Amino acid sequence: MATTTGVKTITVKELANKIINHEDVFIIDARNTDDFDDWKIEGKNVEVINAPYFELLEGVDSILDRLPKNKDIYVVCAKGGSSEFVAEQIAEAGFTDVFSVEGGMKAWSEHLEPIKVGTLKNGGAIYQFVRIGKGCLSYLIDSNGKGAMVDTNRMIEPYEELIKSQKITLTHIFDTHLHADHISGGRNLAGKTGATYLLPPKDAEEVNFEYQPIHDGDEYKIGDTTIKAVYSPGHTIGSTSFVVDDQYLLTGDILFIDSIGRPDLAGKAEDWVGDLRTTLYKRYKELADDLLVLPAHYMGINEINENGSISEKLGILYQQNHGLNITDENEFRKTVTENLPPQPNSYQEIRETNMGKIKPEEEQQREMEIGPNRCAVR
Amino acid sequence: MSIQVDKVLDCKGLACPMPIVKTKKEIDTLQSGQVLEIHATDKGAKSDLTAWAKSGGHELLQEAEDNGVFKFWMKKG
Repeated sequence: MATTTGVKTITVKELANKIINHEDVFIIDARNTDDFDDWKIEGKNVEVINAPYFELLEGVDSILDRLPKNKDIYVVCAKGGSSEFVAEQIAEAGFTDVFSVEGGMKAWSEHLEPIKVGTLKNGGAIYQFVRIGKGCLSYLIDSNGKGAMVDTNRMIEPYEELIKSQKITLTHIFDTHLHADHISGGRNLAGKTGATYLLPPKDAEEVNFEYQPIHDGDEYKIGDTTIKAVYSPGHTIGSTSFVVDDQYLLTGDILFIDSIGRPDLAGKAEDWVGDLRTTLYKRYKELADDLLVLPAHYMGINEINENGSISEKLGILYQQNHGLNITDENEFRKTVTENLPPQPNSYQEIRETNMGKIKPEEEQQREMEIGPNRCAVR
Repeated sequence: MSIQVDKVLDCKGLACPMPIVKTKKEIDTLQSGQVLEIHATDKGAKSDLTAWAKSGGHELLQEAEDNGVFKFWMKKG
């Protein structure tokens, strides 16, 4: 966005890179306090303060003592307008390194950062796309010119860029389940690339589009790599995980690094809690300990590795993840059905969009996805 | 509706922060107890006006949505 004020701007990509690289970052969030408390920019070395723009209309005197003198100051708001206004006020107060975050939290919510997680044993690599503003993770598996996507997000351009630059032909696009926190870009990307879109049929009973069903034990050959489906219900009744070449376990919303999936987003917590228990305490236990778990979400900055990726060995999670260490079944039931965090913003509309039942305009889809993912329980 | 409106402010088509900047300007010209009617199309204006009114001691009497236009009636504190 061009600015006539002389205030400098920073893109969400630049800001994301600073945060992923653990740089010291100071942010003023100029939205109203309710929105700030609900959801904000976080990172290991991020300091963020809330100062609503409408309380700074006549200057920034009230926050002067909270502003660092020898540090860049990044101002963010909902869409990028008010942050310019506030940044200008701060610059007028004598601060030189003040930046407005272009596009605000709306752009922040949409940014995807590709990170190479590792290589595949028969050649190729697996990339994790970190949606840093919302905590969504999606994956591109690249094996010698052929590729598969898992849990594609709505903004498909970053995937298209990587597919193009790595000269990958996409053949399969999987969703581990019917998502309730973000709109799937799977069908859209399938339409554009000619790849097959696949869903677990038990999550797809109400969808009104064509898809290929994924069944337990199905194997998919992607170049020289094999992806195997493991039925793992609990977050939804269809939830399916994928094992890539006995190296990686893509868990969807069933198992995260520091939490486990919540069973209530389709209104069936009581019915699905048993499935969740069986998946986590039986099915996954039968898998190899050295599989690297790659979830579809993360909740907190403590889950981010040094290189910015989010992953951990299954064996380590069995030692450290609280949700895998609740021996008493009743206590487990209580943990995943009682005192749950609020549900994700617009989760019903998002589910209906992912079923093809409603087709909101793009602007509306953006609004629906604002906020954190909230798919986990701890 | 029986709210006595003293002034109407049109903020349609304006994005943040302008609806609040203009509202503040107008409110400053009113007497305590007078009512400003504000029209805005920016969705964010809604929660921000509410929060701003609260912090400024003004009273948001009523709000309505009419064909994509958000209307607010604010009584100066």
